[in-house]
Amino acid sequence: MDQLEKEINPKILEALLASRNDYTLEDVLENEMILNMGPQHPATHGVLRLLLRLDGEKIIGCVPELGYLHRGYEKMAENMSYYEYIPHTDRLDYISPMANNVAWVLAVEKLAGIEAPKRAQYIRMMIAELARIASHLVAVGAFAMDVGALTVFLWTLREREKILDIWDILCGARFTNSYTRIGGVANDAQPEALAKAKWFIEQFEPNLAEVEQLLNTNRIFIERIDGVGVISKEDAIDLGFCGPNLRACGVEFDLRRNAPYLCYNEIDFKIPTYTEGDCLARYFLRLDECRESAKIVKQILDKMPQGPVHADMPKKVLPQKDEVYTKMEELIHDFMIVNFGINPPVGEIYHAIEGSKGELGFYLVSKGEGHPWKCKIRSPSFNNIQCLPKLVIGHLISDVVAIIGSIDPIMGEADK
Amino acid sequence: MDLKTLIPQKLKEKFPSAEFEVSDYRDELTIKFDKKDIVEVCSFLKSDSELEFILCSDITAVDWATRKNRFTVVYNIFSNKHNFRLRLKSDVDESDCKIDSVSSVWHAANWQERETYDMYGIKFNNHPDLRRMYMPEEFEYHPLRKEFPLMGIPGSLPLPKK
Repeated sequence: MDQLEKEINPKILEALLASRNDYTLEDVLENEMILNMGPQHPATHGVLRLLLRLDGEKIIGCVPELGYLHRGYEKMAENMSYYEYIPHTDRLDYISPMANNVAWVLAVEKLAGIEAPKRAQYIRMMIAELARIASHLVAVGAFAMDVGALTVFLWTLREREKILDIWDILCGARFTNSYTRIGGVANDAQPEALAKAKWFIEQFEPNLAEVEQLLNTNRIFIERIDGVGVISKEDAIDLGFCGPNLRACGVEFDLRRNAPYLCYNEIDFKIPTYTEGDCLARYFLRLDECRESAKIVKQILDKMPQGPVHADMPKKVLPQKDEVYTKMEELIHDFMIVNFGINPPVGEIYHAIEGSKGELGFYLVSKGEGHPWKCKIRSPSFNNIQCLPKLVIGHLISDVVAIIGSIDPIMGEADK
Repeated sequence: MDLKTLIPQKLKEKFPSAEFEVSDYRDELTIKFDKKDIVEVCSFLKSDSELEFILCSDITAVDWATRKNRFTVVYNIFSNKHNFRLRLKSDVDESDCKIDSVSSVWHAANWQERETYDMYGIKFNNHPDLRRMYMPEEFEYHPLRKEFPLMGIPGSLPLPKK
């Protein structure tokens, strides 16, 4: 027992033992085992640490420990301007950085009262949906790899690679994009990028069907995850499950429909839901969402309006570089915005988008200064991991790997 | 009736003695009240059949640094039925840095309150498991308080035990 307390913090141990009170600590050491999983475990998708309390191979207690990737992004936001923070949002959910960029600028625009032009909004919608596809491809691939189907990972990453190529053309970076700007996007979408996106969507569905065939006809895969990690609709809402995981429990909740932002009102799309709430449903749901997102991108490309991609608000929106070099007024504005920030009026807002993992929101408080007084990141992965103990209790230890894979946590986002 | 008038009206009927400060900024409704009513108001908003705020999106706090009531705890809740987002606020002073926990109302509040405790040092009464969320248990400070320096305090984070 002394040994155990030396290795595990006593408070964590107490939380672990609280799940069933009829055991004393001495009993536990005779009959049960406490297993530390992570933070360096390949199946925990980063640095998630789980303390599992085992009876034989059955899990009777689980305490997740976060904070191994805590970089203090909320503290940093309080000390830098709204523009400077855009690259930092890339590092939150590093699988879909574009969606984070969109979420951040939408929150700042709401705070400062800026509206981006139509074309910029359509471009943002397109990149957010492509980011969703990229993220779900990684989620499905990594999930299949976690439960032993290695080939799928290579196939889905091949598809994701094509999306990264589109981003390369769009903004010159494949991974940490920082493409959006307050009041628009960094540069207009090039015709090549749009053509590539169109080509990608056309060839994506047959390729996704191949991936699906590989998994759906695989009896080992299906039986391994069917009925594992079940959570009911009521529990899922109560515990704050969000995004695809919540929709796999039968709750039709999607912020694109429930609290529309950008131009999602003008797009026709379905919200896939499943009622089972197990790992298999979450896997099916991600594939369905990929298909829906592909349809959305197709419609966006058809409807893409022409026009400017920056709002015409020189005091708030950073001017273009060529104008800064040639015009006096723009040079002054550039100097003022870079040095003193955009100074939104005193107030507070919360804006959330449906990111690939769920509701990604920013709560911002402004005191009229160039940097936010307070920035809170409402991260979906954080809330999804909170449900993990509920999902794993009663299952075998090998199922923990499948369940973590199926809820798709990204620790960069959960730990901030 | 519009929810923006219905919610304050219902709250005033239900809690006649409490004071509600209602504000509407950028189309977002905020209601501020005393911290002693927090659990009753939250469970009323959740269970009332006309409102049904069943989703607790987010709980956080704001440090105002120099103000008399130094902290404000902010609750961000959502009603699936009306697709309506509501923000609740309650002031907490540094000398009595405590507020009742709402984790009995929404279980999702458990970790969100732990995070707020970790970052601001606000204690939540009757919380089932009030530990730090991100920082190690041995850490003495609360990083999101305004007096905590951006670069951190050298030596404040203990090295892992051998």
